[in-house]
Amino acid sequence: MIELRDVKKVFNQGRGSELWAVRGVTLDLEPRQVTVFTGPSGSGKTTLLSMIGALARPTSGRISLDGKLLSNLPERFMTQVRRRTFGFVFQRFNLIRGLTVLENVMLPAYPLAPDYGDLRHRARALLTQFGMDAKADDKVEWLSGGEAQRAAICRALINAPRILIADEPTANLDSARSRELIGLLGELQDLGKTVLVASHDPLVFESARVSRVVEMRDGLLAEGA
Amino acid sequence: MLLSPAVLALNGVSFTVTLMLILAAGFALQVIRHWDLSSGSERQLELERRTYLIATLVTWSFAAAVVSLLLFVYNAEQLATQFVGAMCATGVLNAHPLGWPTLFLKILIFFPGAAWLMLNRLDNQAPDYPLVRVKYWLLLGFLPLAALEAGVQLGYFLGLDPDVITSCCGSLFTADGDGVAATVAALDPGWSLTAMYGLGLSVLGLGAVHGWRARRGASGVGFALAGALAFAAALAAIVSCVALYVYEHPHHHCPFCILKGGHGFIGYWLYLPLFTATALSLGVGLISGWGHIPSLTAAVQADGQRFTAAALALFALFYGVATYAILTSNLTMTGVWW
Amino acid sequence: MRQFLRHQRYLIDYSLAALARRPGKHLALLLVYTLVVFLLASVMLFTQSLRREAALVLAQSPEIILQRQLAGRHDLMPAEYLDRIGRIRGVSAKYGRLWGYFYDPAVRANYTLMVPPPGSPEHGEPAPGEIVIGAGIARTRGLEVGDYLSLRSARGEPFTFRVAALLPHSTELVSTDLMLLGADDFRRFFAFPVDRFTDIVLQVRNPREVRKVAEKLSLALPDTRPILREEILRTYDAVFGWRQGLVFVLMGGMVLAFVIFAWDRAAGLSGEERREIGILKSIGWETGDVLRMKFWEGAILSLTAFFLGYLLAYAHVFYLSAALFEPVLKGWAVLYPDFRPVPFVDGIQVATLFFFTVFPYTVATVVPIWRAAVTDPDAVMR
Repeated sequence: MIELRDVKKVFNQGRGSELWAVRGVTLDLEPRQVTVFTGPSGSGKTTLLSMIGALARPTSGRISLDGKLLSNLPERFMTQVRRRTFGFVFQRFNLIRGLTVLENVMLPAYPLAPDYGDLRHRARALLTQFGMDAKADDKVEWLSGGEAQRAAICRALINAPRILIADEPTANLDSARSRELIGLLGELQDLGKTVLVASHDPLVFESARVSRVVEMRDGLLAEGA
Repeated sequence: MLLSPAVLALNGVSFTVTLMLILAAGFALQVIRHWDLSSGSERQLELERRTYLIATLVTWSFAAAVVSLLLFVYNAEQLATQFVGAMCATGVLNAHPLGWPTLFLKILIFFPGAAWLMLNRLDNQAPDYPLVRVKYWLLLGFLPLAALEAGVQLGYFLGLDPDVITSCCGSLFTADGDGVAATVAALDPGWSLTAMYGLGLSVLGLGAVHGWRARRGASGVGFALAGALAFAAALAAIVSCVALYVYEHPHHHCPFCILKGGHGFIGYWLYLPLFTATALSLGVGLISGWGHIPSLTAAVQADGQRFTAAALALFALFYGVATYAILTSNLTMTGVWW
Repeated sequence: MRQFLRHQRYLIDYSLAALARRPGKHLALLLVYTLVVFLLASVMLFTQSLRREAALVLAQSPEIILQRQLAGRHDLMPAEYLDRIGRIRGVSAKYGRLWGYFYDPAVRANYTLMVPPPGSPEHGEPAPGEIVIGAGIARTRGLEVGDYLSLRSARGEPFTFRVAALLPHSTELVSTDLMLLGADDFRRFFAFPVDRFTDIVLQVRNPREVRKVAEKLSLALPDTRPILREEILRTYDAVFGWRQGLVFVLMGGMVLAFVIFAWDRAAGLSGEERREIGILKSIGWETGDVLRMKFWEGAILSLTAFFLGYLLAYAHVFYLSAALFEPVLKGWAVLYPDFRPVPFVDGIQVATLFFFTVFPYTVATVVPIWRAAVTDPDAVMR
């Protein structure tokens, strides 16, 4: 259960380029649901997701996760929570070029320094689950859009997080792959995970697998959210 | 001024360390003034980022200081040929009034540095950074010490004049000279060994007491004090008694010659554990008083136990090696001392 | 503890891969770094072995050399002074020496002519008419064993000597311009008075008694001056140390340039690199992890450069006889000894080298690395 209370975020405060990306959002998010955040670009949905996912701290306001305050944690502890709880899938996949798919999938676990054999095993299992084990030793530059997206999802799941956050996951995919992806997200929900998606793609927010749609505009929730 | 590369390096390092600490201190001041963990403002975020830089600067300074101490002693050893009357590092240090102060300052820097790093490690384990202001105030106090060391060392090297006739350890550490060194050397071996072992027992005992639960500040501070006293007693005992057994000579009191290869490098086995153990015990004393802060209680206990155990092991190693040196030596002083 | 080591292993793994991915950028730095280490290490290794040589050679020389002074200048030593010294406690041997310089106009070089002291190991006194010469003389005059050397004596007459042997190559540093001959030949060649020596030398085994003996000598023979071996050693040491230091100061400029270069390299993160760090942080790496990883990168570079530079310097000094440095460090003379330095490495050297190269590099890169490591993870989402 994620609770947001009057969350605000500003960039470049005090300077000419000051920008209030999020202006005061109060929201409760239920677990084990697929929630989609929509709105035009600049509406603050990406920023909001990054704060929910403990990637950034709100300038003011509070975010709690299962009753425990998340927003006032210093970076070290925020990262610890994030590692355990959240997995991220980015719009541009953000895989590290020059490394293989398998290495990319294992990367988020490095700071935890698990046993190497165990980690490799886990990574391969994930890749197999998502149909990517044939490509495990290929360099990521050679993957197609859909394959890269699946690799990114595997990477997001390596530390077995409860909550998956995806930012514009279908932006670089064609319709068929997009539908496949939405199906994958739905499967994850069936496995008990909470899925939060930011997207302005109608294929996403009009899909039947989506439990809730939150609309945003100019850093605030649009009326009737 | 002696223009050898080692001297240049020593001065360069000390000044660089001072500069790094000045930088760290500057940031520390900002943190002390503006730190507010509950705020998510950009300034607070920047300050949090800065703490990483400060910690890195202090860690590197500390590491450099340790190596610089070793280099200083070795260099003094090597310079001995330049000075009339000097046969080892002692003579070189004695050739100028700032020689011994430089060495003492270099040793002294080691302890607060280690203790600060331990305190920093403790503070980092609590999500609310309760000791932020405390530790950065302490850091500010650390800076003058480093600057003093750099200045004194520079003064020493600038003032070193190879034409000055100096004395070697034989005449400096001899019982009938004057000065601190002579007084230490003249200590009755029986008394100094008793003091060393007595304080050794007390440090081991207090360490065991504190390490059992590691919850109370009083036992931690007691351990630290015992550690400091044991350190002083150990050094005195080395000069007045243990070194003689190592050299197998009843009048060779030099504390540096035991580092040489001819004696199996036993000096390292004595000094490294002793210094590390003392530093750890002082650190334990510093961290033990914060158990009342809820976010730190568990960490204080865990760290306290871990470091106390390490310190005890190293103290034990030191006393073991010292005893070994005495027992296996060919020098017998029964009838003379015992 | 094991966890800590495993963690470092993972970070090192990543650093190695990261370095391998951008070879071009790091190669330039590695080359410069290696060059700096190479130059400094060469100077140190060379000077160190020269110093060592000097100390080893001087270890054989007598503890006290007694010279007669006349009006402040070196004069010949009357043989009777040997008796006048009498028995001084601590002196294990004393004898007069015969030696001098000879200027050979044919090659414009100075030779040192000497009668081997009693008890000399390899060469007793050469037979009349025979000489033993050092490699430098042999080379410049094109002489081999059995050849003849003709020199013009003090009285103007030519003296012909037969080369009986050459001094060993290993002693070249001190013997290159040396010519050994018999005492009679010496005295006749230089028209040296019969009752005089060049100087007197004394052996004192206990180093603590040397000064006292020197004191007694100056009291017994007020017109003489004792020169102590330890003073000679000190002078050599000082000269070598000073010269070395001077070279280091001159190279200080180079180290500074290197430091600036290193800083620039570390600070100039490409957009790609910044993105990479942002990605790492967004997938769960802390600032501390990124910092440590970047430091491992620096450490790998430093260790490689240090190791390579040192090895190259070692090869340069001990296999190529420090071809680059001879003029500065050896001083100038006509008869250059063909000097093969003996390898000698010690801890101070390595530590000093470390402080001149790796330490400045590390300090220069601290702030740039930190700045990179604190990249905001959410920058990657925007």
